[in-house]
Amino acid sequence: MNAFIVISLIKVAIVFAVLMTTLAYLQWVERKVIAHIQVRPGPYRVGPHGLLQPLADVIKLVTKEDLIPSYVNKPLYLAAPFLAITMALLSISVIPFGPTIEVAGYKTWMQLTDLNIGVLFVLAVSSIGVYGIAFAGWASNNKYALLGGLRSSAQMISYELPLTIAIAAPLLISNTLDLRTLVGTQAGGIWHWNLIRGGQIVSFIVFLIAAFAETNRVPFDLPEAENELVAGFHTEYSSMKFAAFFMAEYANMITVSAMATLLFLGGWEAPWDAKYGSGWVPTAIFALAGFVALYHGINPPRKRDRLTFPAFGVVFLGIAALFQIPMLQEWILPLFWFAAKTGAILFAFIWVRGTLPRFRYDQLMGFAWKFLLPVAMLNLVATALGVAWLA
Amino acid sequence: MSEVPVSWFLTLSAVLFALGVAGFLFRRNIITVFMSIELMLNAVNLTFVTFSYQLKQVSGHLFTFFVMVVAAAEAAVGLAIILTVFKNRATLNIDEMNSMKD
Amino acid sequence: MDVVLFLIFAIIAVVCAINVVVQTHPISSAISLIGVMGSLAVLYLLLGAEFVAAAQVIVYAGAVMVLFVFVIMLLNAGRETVRGRSFMVQLLGVPLLIAFLGLLAWIAGQFYKPGTGVHFGGFTGGSPIAIGRALFTTYLLPFEITSILVLIAIVGAVVLGRKEMD
Repeated sequence: MNAFIVISLIKVAIVFAVLMTTLAYLQWVERKVIAHIQVRPGPYRVGPHGLLQPLADVIKLVTKEDLIPSYVNKPLYLAAPFLAITMALLSISVIPFGPTIEVAGYKTWMQLTDLNIGVLFVLAVSSIGVYGIAFAGWASNNKYALLGGLRSSAQMISYELPLTIAIAAPLLISNTLDLRTLVGTQAGGIWHWNLIRGGQIVSFIVFLIAAFAETNRVPFDLPEAENELVAGFHTEYSSMKFAAFFMAEYANMITVSAMATLLFLGGWEAPWDAKYGSGWVPTAIFALAGFVALYHGINPPRKRDRLTFPAFGVVFLGIAALFQIPMLQEWILPLFWFAAKTGAILFAFIWVRGTLPRFRYDQLMGFAWKFLLPVAMLNLVATALGVAWLA
Repeated sequence: MSEVPVSWFLTLSAVLFALGVAGFLFRRNIITVFMSIELMLNAVNLTFVTFSYQLKQVSGHLFTFFVMVVAAAEAAVGLAIILTVFKNRATLNIDEMNSMKD
Repeated sequence: MDVVLFLIFAIIAVVCAINVVVQTHPISSAISLIGVMGSLAVLYLLLGAEFVAAAQVIVYAGAVMVLFVFVIMLLNAGRETVRGRSFMVQLLGVPLLIAFLGLLAWIAGQFYKPGTGVHFGGFTGGSPIAIGRALFTTYLLPFEITSILVLIAIVGAVVLGRKEMD
């Protein structure tokens, strides 16, 4: 009992630290990717290639004046960002990052807690996250914030329906609500993933579109865009509470990408068997990145890059060598595949943000109720017929 | 004693139900009356699940499920009616919605 | 440990329920009702009803209460005014209520004295598999009827909420 508590606390500390760093650097990745889509360099000056930009942002947000206007409903005003970020971080606690590993004689999962209703827990927590936004709009005592908050909450609960029905289809194939067992049923290479063998391409696309709307991302970000309705529900918020809303949005993005990976793309399973060499893929990728960085370090475009490019090259080659140590391989390879798949979906989120214009609000709601929900339901019926026929 | 007696759950359910009845009878804002009805339904759900535990059957959970569905349907229609009434009378006080009395 | 958990969440439920009835502004009542539903969900987990607990949070606290909160925010009718109450009601109201509750509690205690004790893991038949099996075999008729009921409710709500075209 004692060992269980100590190991759980260590896991919580590790996951929290990694998650906070990922949230900060996800913002850096987003700004760089959108910048390159728009043919401009993005954050470039703070640290090498803007890598210290998240640190500068954190310092700015923390030292800004924390204004509480006098006309707001104080308890709700203070509780709303707290609720949003708590629910966003709570849903990470059931996401499995890898298989069971053995560290110093203790067997443990790479997951904070293994609920047997894991999928329902994530859905429940995201339903409560709607309240953070609704109360932020109400507490601000400002008609634009109220309208933005109500629109955003109505959008989130409307898109919860196609999301849930799109989740139900791969659950019919995998026959379990437990997230760890869900990955176990997709073991054996890319042919066994729910996307390919289960034929769940339609529900994958419906899930992604509904996930864009659930996390209030472009093209569904009308309620919080800067040039609509002043700034939506977070008009009256400043400094750390504003930062809390944005951390909650990025944490929600990570959660839905992880759910898409677990439900459709096979979680931490490698696309082909380890005996055909899938253990070499991360080494190859990082070695390639290292060599490219070293090559560009020979005659760089800016003088200061003469030092930073070779430094990055050496770091990447070191990570590539790390993937070949047999003792670390059993947990670092599944972690790499999980991170790669989740990262690909996050890249799709950022890519869409840089490319598409946003929907008008009535188009957005009509799309959910008149198109996405019937498509999700038809897909569920077709999947059910397929499972019954093949059984 | 690390077990909770079943009668405690039933007492809690009775207390919640009584509070729901009190809210239903004494409040004048129609939305608060509706919320007292939801409180009563929740108390009944707790009773169903408690007896399902005691009799070791799953039927109680299913009754709870159906009660939840009916409560959701009732809340939707009831709130739509409240919106219509508010549009016509601009008040949410049930004492003032007495135009069908003689 | 189970007793401690029960007491904490039962006290939270009762305090929030009293708040629902006592608060003047409907939004405070709505927030307290969400608190009641959350603590009841934890009590359902103690009783081994994991699917019902998840359904309570997803459907009741996460959808029905959002509907209530929306309507309160849209109508924005403000606090309820407290009219004068007679002195007799104020004197006797709360003591009578407490006496009534005490009577109910005593009756509940009398009937179920040597009862089953509730602890985590005492009932494992509340898993989604068991519920799904019972729902689609023994309780198929109520399932189909409630689905038609929900359809009627949807059509009714849409018709009632429509703007009149003059």
